[in-house]
Amino acid sequence: MNDANYPEDLLYHAEHDWVRIDSAGEFATMGITWYAQDSLGEVVFFDAPEVGTMIAADDSYAEIESVKAVSEVIAPMSGEVIEVNSALEADAGVVNGDPYGEGWLVKVRLTAVEEKSGLMDSAAYEALLG
Amino acid sequence: MSQTPQQLDHAVTIFEKSKSGRRAFTPPAAEVPDRPITELIPERMLRVSPAKLPEVSEPEIVRHYTRISKRNFDLDSGFYPLGSCTMKHNPRLHERVAALPGNSRLHPLQDERRAQGALELMWNLQHALGEVAGLPHVSLQPSAGSHGELAGVLLTRAYHEDRGDRRTKVLTPDTAHGTNPATVTMCGYEVVKVGTNPDGGVDLDDLREKADDQVACLMLTNPNTLGLFDTNIEEIAEIVHGVGATLYYDGANLNAVMGISRPGDMGFDIVHFNLHKSFTQPHGGGGPGAGPIAVSERIEPYLPRPQVVRLEGNGGEQPTFTLDDDRPKSIGRLRGFQGNYGVFVRSYAYIRSLGAEGLREASELAVLNANYLLARLSEKGVVEYLPVAYDRVCMHEFVLSGAPMKRDLGIRTLDLAKRLLDHGYHPPTVYFPLLVDEALLIEPTETETKETLDAFADAIAEILVEAANDPSVAQAAPYSTPVRRLDEAGAAKQPVVRQPL
Amino acid sequence: MSSYTAATEQDIVEMLAKIGCDSIEDLFAAIPEGVRFDSRLDLPEGKPEQEVYAELRELSARNTSADDEVTFLGAGMYDHYVPSLIDALTSRAEFLTPYTPYQPEVSQGGLQVMFEYQTAISELTGLPVSNASLYEGPSAVGSAAYLAKLVNGRSRHLVSRGVHPHSRATLETLAVGNGTTVEEIPLKDGVTDIEALQAMLGDDVGAVILQQPNFLGSVEDIEQLTAVAKAHGALVIASCDPIPLGILQPPGEQGVDVVVGEGQTLGNRLDYGGPSFGFFAVAQEHIRKMPGRIAGETTDADGRRGWVLTLQTREQHIRREKATSNICTAQALNALAGVVYLAWLGRRGLVELGELLVRRTDFARSQLLALDGVTALHEQPVVREFAIQLDVPVAAVIERCQAEGVNPGFELGREYPEYSNGLLVALTERRGRADIDLLVEVLSSAITAERASRTAVVA
Repeated sequence: MNDANYPEDLLYHAEHDWVRIDSAGEFATMGITWYAQDSLGEVVFFDAPEVGTMIAADDSYAEIESVKAVSEVIAPMSGEVIEVNSALEADAGVVNGDPYGEGWLVKVRLTAVEEKSGLMDSAAYEALLG
Repeated sequence: MSQTPQQLDHAVTIFEKSKSGRRAFTPPAAEVPDRPITELIPERMLRVSPAKLPEVSEPEIVRHYTRISKRNFDLDSGFYPLGSCTMKHNPRLHERVAALPGNSRLHPLQDERRAQGALELMWNLQHALGEVAGLPHVSLQPSAGSHGELAGVLLTRAYHEDRGDRRTKVLTPDTAHGTNPATVTMCGYEVVKVGTNPDGGVDLDDLREKADDQVACLMLTNPNTLGLFDTNIEEIAEIVHGVGATLYYDGANLNAVMGISRPGDMGFDIVHFNLHKSFTQPHGGGGPGAGPIAVSERIEPYLPRPQVVRLEGNGGEQPTFTLDDDRPKSIGRLRGFQGNYGVFVRSYAYIRSLGAEGLREASELAVLNANYLLARLSEKGVVEYLPVAYDRVCMHEFVLSGAPMKRDLGIRTLDLAKRLLDHGYHPPTVYFPLLVDEALLIEPTETETKETLDAFADAIAEILVEAANDPSVAQAAPYSTPVRRLDEAGAAKQPVVRQPL
Repeated sequence: MSSYTAATEQDIVEMLAKIGCDSIEDLFAAIPEGVRFDSRLDLPEGKPEQEVYAELRELSARNTSADDEVTFLGAGMYDHYVPSLIDALTSRAEFLTPYTPYQPEVSQGGLQVMFEYQTAISELTGLPVSNASLYEGPSAVGSAAYLAKLVNGRSRHLVSRGVHPHSRATLETLAVGNGTTVEEIPLKDGVTDIEALQAMLGDDVGAVILQQPNFLGSVEDIEQLTAVAKAHGALVIASCDPIPLGILQPPGEQGVDVVVGEGQTLGNRLDYGGPSFGFFAVAQEHIRKMPGRIAGETTDADGRRGWVLTLQTREQHIRREKATSNICTAQALNALAGVVYLAWLGRRGLVELGELLVRRTDFARSQLLALDGVTALHEQPVVREFAIQLDVPVAAVIERCQAEGVNPGFELGREYPEYSNGLLVALTERRGRADIDLLVEVLSSAITAERASRTAVVA
C-alpha cells in the first residue's frame, strides 16, 4: 500500500470522502480517501447505488465493507448517479491500492455545484486528520 | 521451518472421500407391499436425481470427523479466557443426565400427565433462575442470549402498548454487545447510544439528556462489558423508571454476581440468562445454548406462551405441572415447543450440584481469579504495553488496551492473540468492546487454577519480550497451529460457502 | 456440595496478597449497599454428583418416552433412530467444549464441519447458499420472513394454514417488531388453496410462506404455488421436513427463494423439543442478507486449504443496528450431528429411507382407513405422516391407546378447531410392520371401546 496522500486537485468531506469536479462543473467523480481505506482495512465489497439514484450532500448513498467493518459512504455533493465503478465487483480491493484513481466509486451529474464551497481542500482535510 | 504433522495433513472434505458403492446405513426391511413410489406420489413432485451426499463407510465417517476434531482447540484441553463468554468447565455429569431416555427420547407433544418429570424440572429451574435474578417470573423459551434479548424488547413493547403508550427509542451504552442494537432494530425501535464516563460506567448526564418519554427501554449489563460494576446503578434505574421506561439486563456477565447482587434488586425489569455461560451448558462450537428470561410483576402478563405452571394438589395430593397457553396478553411464541429442554437438564443439574452456596462461591472465585490475573498482568514488563483500560477493581473480566504495545513494539492485539496460539492458549476476546483501542477482554472464570493463571501471565510477558527484540515473529504468528493465518479478505470477496459437486 | 473450583485457602491468601486486598469481600466494594444481596438464595444446598444423578434419574423416570411406548406422535419432531456414532462424535471434547470459531487457526475442525454441513443442506434444498444453522424450525421461518422484509420492504406476508402452528405463531410475534402483517392462506382438501392464494396476492405482498410436507402430512404442489406467488413479485419461503427432501423435488429447483426447516430428524434427539437446529438456505442473490454464521473456504499464509467465518459484516458484532439479524450463534453441535447423519445415510441411504417411509406410511394409512369409525381427513399424497378422522372423541381414544402402550398420534383439534375429530399419525423407520399392526389393533379396540362406553352412557 502507498503512503498517505491527498491530491490537491480534489475537494474533501469531513466523513473521509473526496470529489473531483469536471471543468464545466457539470459532472463529478466521488470516492473515499486514503484515510478511510486505511481505517477499513482490505475492502471486500462495495454495495453500490443504482444508476439514476439521486444522492444528497452529507447523506449516505452506499456502503463499503472490509472483513471486519462496514462503513457508510457519504456524498460530498448532491446529484444523480450516472455511472458506478463496475470494476469493483471483480475486485473491491482496488479501492485500497488506488482510492483516487481506479478505486473511484460513482460518477454523478451535479445538481448544486455551489455546494463545493462547503468542502475542504487537501490542506484543510489533512489538518483535520491531525 | 518444518511443518507439524497436522499442517502436512491437507484438509479433505467428507464429500471428497466419497466412492460410489460405499455405504454406512442399512435400512430395515420394509415388511410392507413394495408399491412403486410413482403410484403414491405424482412423478413430477419427485426428485429426478438424488442429493449428492457422500458415499462412505461408517469407519471412514468416524475417522474423518475424529481427525478433524483434533484441529480444534477446546476448553477441556486448555485455558480459554474468552472475555464475555464465561468458558467455565463443562461437567460430564450433565451429559449423562441429559442422555437419560426419559429426557432424550421424550416427545415435546407428549401428554402432560406423562411428562411430569420434565415439567417439574423446568418449573424448578424457573424458580432457581428467578432466585438468582431476584425476579419471580421466568420463561425458559428463548433459545440463546440474543433470543432472550428479542423477547425482552418485545415484552417492553407489549407493556407500553398495553398502556396505550407508543414509544420509539431504546437506549444502549456504547460498550454494548452487538446483539443489543441488532435486537432493537428487529423490534422496530431506533437505537440511541449512551456514553460511558471515565470510570467505565454509564454517563449519567448523557443518560438524563437522552431519557425522555420516547424511550421504551435501557439495555444494560452490570457488570458491563468492561468488567466493571456500575456503582450508579440505583440512580440509573431511577432515571429510567422516572420516564416510564423499562430496564433490561443482559445476563452475559452474571458470573460475577450470583448470590451477591441480584439484577431485580438493582432495579431491572427484565433479565436474560445465558445458560451456556454462567450455567455451563457446553458451547458446542457455537451452540446450542438457551436464553431464559426473568421479569418483574408488571411485565409478567406479557411473557411468551406457553408457561410452565405449578398446580397445587387437592387435599394432600402432590402438585402437578402444566403448560399454560391461556395467556391473553402474551407476546406469543418465539419458537417451537417449550425451548431447549436438553439445555435445561444440564443447567438444572449444575444448580443442584452447586446449590446456593456453590453459586455464590463460583462468582466470588471468578472475581478473585480475574483480579489476580489482572494483578499479574499489571507487573513491570507487561503493564507498560498492555495497561488496563479502567484502573479499578474489576469483576469477573477486565479489558486491557494494546495501543501502547502497537505504538512502542509494533505488534497489534491481533498479533499478540495469534502468538498466544503458539503457546497453547486460546486468546482472549479481541477488539471488543469497541470503546477501547486494541482491546483485549480477558475472563478466566472460577474453574481455573492459580498455576494456570500464572503460566498465562508468564506467556504474555514472554511474547512482549520477544516482540521487543523482533516484532516480525508475532506479526506472522501462529506457526504451530494446523493452519496459519488465513486470508479472510479473500473469503469475503469471493465467498465459497459450499463444495462444488 | 459439588464444586469445580480449585482455589485452596493458601491460594486465596496468595492471590489476595498479590492483588493487595484483605479479603474477597473487598473485591465487591463497588457494589452499593442498597443492591447487595446479604441473604442466602432460596435454593437447596448443593449435592454431591451421585445424589444429583439420583434426583435427575427419578425425575426422568416420571416421563413416558419413546422407550416406554410405541409412538406415532410427530407433528414437527419425529422418533428417528439416531446411530451411535453420532453420540460418540458429538461427545468429543473437541466438538463439545469450544466456543464459536473466532480464532480460525485453532478451529478448523468446527469450520470444516460447518462447510460440509452447508454443502449437504445446499444439496438437499436445491439452493446454492446455506448458513451454518439457526436455532430451530419455527424461528428459522421467522428469520426468513425478516429477510424478505429486508429484501423487498413490503409489509404483507401470506402464510399457508398448512404451515406448523408454532411457525405461524412465531411469525405473528415477530411481525409486531418488523412491521409486517401476517395473513393466512386457507387449506382446501388438505393442501394450500391456490385460488385463495391468487386472490390474496398483490404488489404489497412481500412473502408467501409454505410448508412441505404440510402439517397435515400432504405433499404440496410447491411448483405451482411458487409460480403464482412470484408472478406478483413476492419472495417464496418453504419450510421443509428434511428427510422427505431426499425423494421430493428440491424447492430450490421449483423457484423457491428461501428454504428453511426443522433439523431435528437429522441425527438429533427428541429432547422434549430441543435443542435441535434450523436450516436456512437461499438463492445466490440473497447471500448478503442471510442471517446466521457462514463458513467460507480460503487459504492460509502458506497456501494450505482452510475455512473461516465469512461475510461477518452481515452480523450483529459488526453491523450492530443494521445487522441482518441479532443471531450470535449457530447450533454447531446439533448441525454436526446433522451432517454426520447425512453422511451416514449417504446418497443412496437417504433415498432408501424416504422410499421406506412412503411405503410404510401408505400401508399404515390404508390399514387404518379400513377400520370402522376411521375416515380420511384428506386424500393427498403423503410421505411419512397423514391425517384421519375418527367418529368418536380423539382425546379419549388416545388415552385408551396409551394405556395399552401405543401413542397413536397427535390430536389435531388441539391446533385446528375445524378438525376437532382429527388424528395426525406419523411414521419413522423405527415403526416396523409389527408396530403398525399393533397400532391398527389397539386403535380399533380403543374406538370400539369408546363407542361402547358412550352408548352405555346414553343408555
